[in-house]
Amino acid sequence: MASSRMSYLQVTPLVMVMLLFLVFPVLTIVVVSFWDFNAYSLIPDLIWDNYEFLLTSSVTLKAYLTTLFYALTTWLITFVLGFTVAYYLAFHIRSPVIQGLMFVLCTIPFLTSNIIRMISWIPLLGRNGLVNSGLQGMGLTSEPVEWLLYSDFSVILAFVHLYTLFMVIPVFNSMMRIDRNLVEAAIDAGASTWQTIVRIILPLCKSGIAIGSIFVVTLVMGDFITVRLMSGGLSASVGVLIHNEISLLQYPAAAAGAVVLLLTVLLLLTILFRFINIRQEL
Amino acid sequence: MAHHRGPLHLLLTLVFILFLAFLYGPTLTIGILSFQGPDGGLTFPMNGLSLHWYANLFEKQQVGDFGGSLSRSLLLGLSVMVCTVAFSLLAGLAYRRRFRGDSAIFYLTLISLILPSILISLGIGILFDQLGIAPHWYGSAFGAHLTWTLPFGLLIMFAVFNRFNKVYEAAATDMGASRWQTFWLVVLPLILPSLIGVGLLGFTLSYDEFARTLMTSGSFNTLPLEIYGMTTNVTTPVLYALGTFTTAVSFLLIGLALLSMRLLTRRKRRQPPIEAPADEPVNY
Repeated sequence: MASSRMSYLQVTPLVMVMLLFLVFPVLTIVVVSFWDFNAYSLIPDLIWDNYEFLLTSSVTLKAYLTTLFYALTTWLITFVLGFTVAYYLAFHIRSPVIQGLMFVLCTIPFLTSNIIRMISWIPLLGRNGLVNSGLQGMGLTSEPVEWLLYSDFSVILAFVHLYTLFMVIPVFNSMMRIDRNLVEAAIDAGASTWQTIVRIILPLCKSGIAIGSIFVVTLVMGDFITVRLMSGGLSASVGVLIHNEISLLQYPAAAAGAVVLLLTVLLLLTILFRFINIRQEL
Repeated sequence: MAHHRGPLHLLLTLVFILFLAFLYGPTLTIGILSFQGPDGGLTFPMNGLSLHWYANLFEKQQVGDFGGSLSRSLLLGLSVMVCTVAFSLLAGLAYRRRFRGDSAIFYLTLISLILPSILISLGIGILFDQLGIAPHWYGSAFGAHLTWTLPFGLLIMFAVFNRFNKVYEAAATDMGASRWQTFWLVVLPLILPSLIGVGLLGFTLSYDEFARTLMTSGSFNTLPLEIYGMTTNVTTPVLYALGTFTTAVSFLLIGLALLSMRLLTRRKRRQPPIEAPADEPVNY
């Protein structure tokens, strides 16, 4: 049919980009993960050594546990915070103009540099930072609190700072589609605010929550820069391990790490995708 | 709703204000600290007030190659923006009809969004290495950025065309407009504000992208790579000056985009959606 030929033409640039810069590179990673290497070059081969080394090393296990810990904690905090903010915007702001304005205020930081947003925490959390001088000024502590920066705390804080918006936006989007009469009916039938939220609103934005969760979980699982900067190199996530191997030019080892990471992420996604139909959400 | 001004509303307002403070506070802090005097350090107190560190930024020998990385990032961002708008618009138009393989391509695009950036960076890095092509910020990094911006663009175009009222197109066709005229004179003006949004997203995502640039930019740094390099070896507020400058560029663009989107929607509102033809026959 002529019109479907038109569609193919129109979708060609997108497909070309995806083939050249997504499909081929990922296939390359899979292939190279079975290659051998020495200090100078990659040697085409079919060996399981990279995987064997990876899967039997305690470093890998520890990195996966750390990464899952970051992902879970970040997810929990971004969910509670993101849901609260979205709920406030969707149900407590009546004027559409103010609502739009507040929403834009929430999304602007998403359009600025992640690295700079991470760096911005240093003068606040450092040994002589604002938080510590505040705490000491109030007489709450006599010595600077050390765990504020370069710790699991600062890593998770940065993740929450960077990624809560990814939760706010889809959840807000879902909430705006909820028929207000349902909420009114619940209140008229005697439901408390809490019951309305838990029994009506929460189930109706399941899909938005799932989309937000997909973003947060995959972004945290694949991250290396936040962990590296905010833990000051003290903590190693899966991404950091891969990045280290890249720096040492051990590409096949890094590739094997990337394949295992990919499988882990895909496993998590199949669980989360059960909750949604993405095309319906748009 | 009945509970609008209750204690819950106050509590939520407080949470929201704290959330905004949490979002903007750190950026504001380095904004202030970037105006440290020449003897100032990385934290408070302020040791005088000056533009010393901004001046420092533009002296080439002090902090790597700020000017070069800035212009590379701007140029890269602009090219990514143009391609993101064009490719997403085309793909969005394609998806107004069903075609064979449409959902496969859609899921491929989603995977591109969800896949950890380090995988794409590593994959492109190794692929180019094996093919013997030197990675360049305008080649491999450009493609890597598109894998990140195009999914956003396509999703927005889906949202746009799902809400698009086909009556306007039908009216244009009825009045004898060709397909091209219908697109150029009717469809495009209606979706222009969203296209500006896609362009803004495309530019800023590329301008700030780190992970996908890491292994793909070759021997010349883009701005985020330059900033990352500085975090490890620069211990003066020049880092904050760079950060604040970069953020200011982003803010400027966001402001411009929002403004033009507003102007466009307002102009559209002023014109009634369906106008009577201007040259109506006059009855004598």
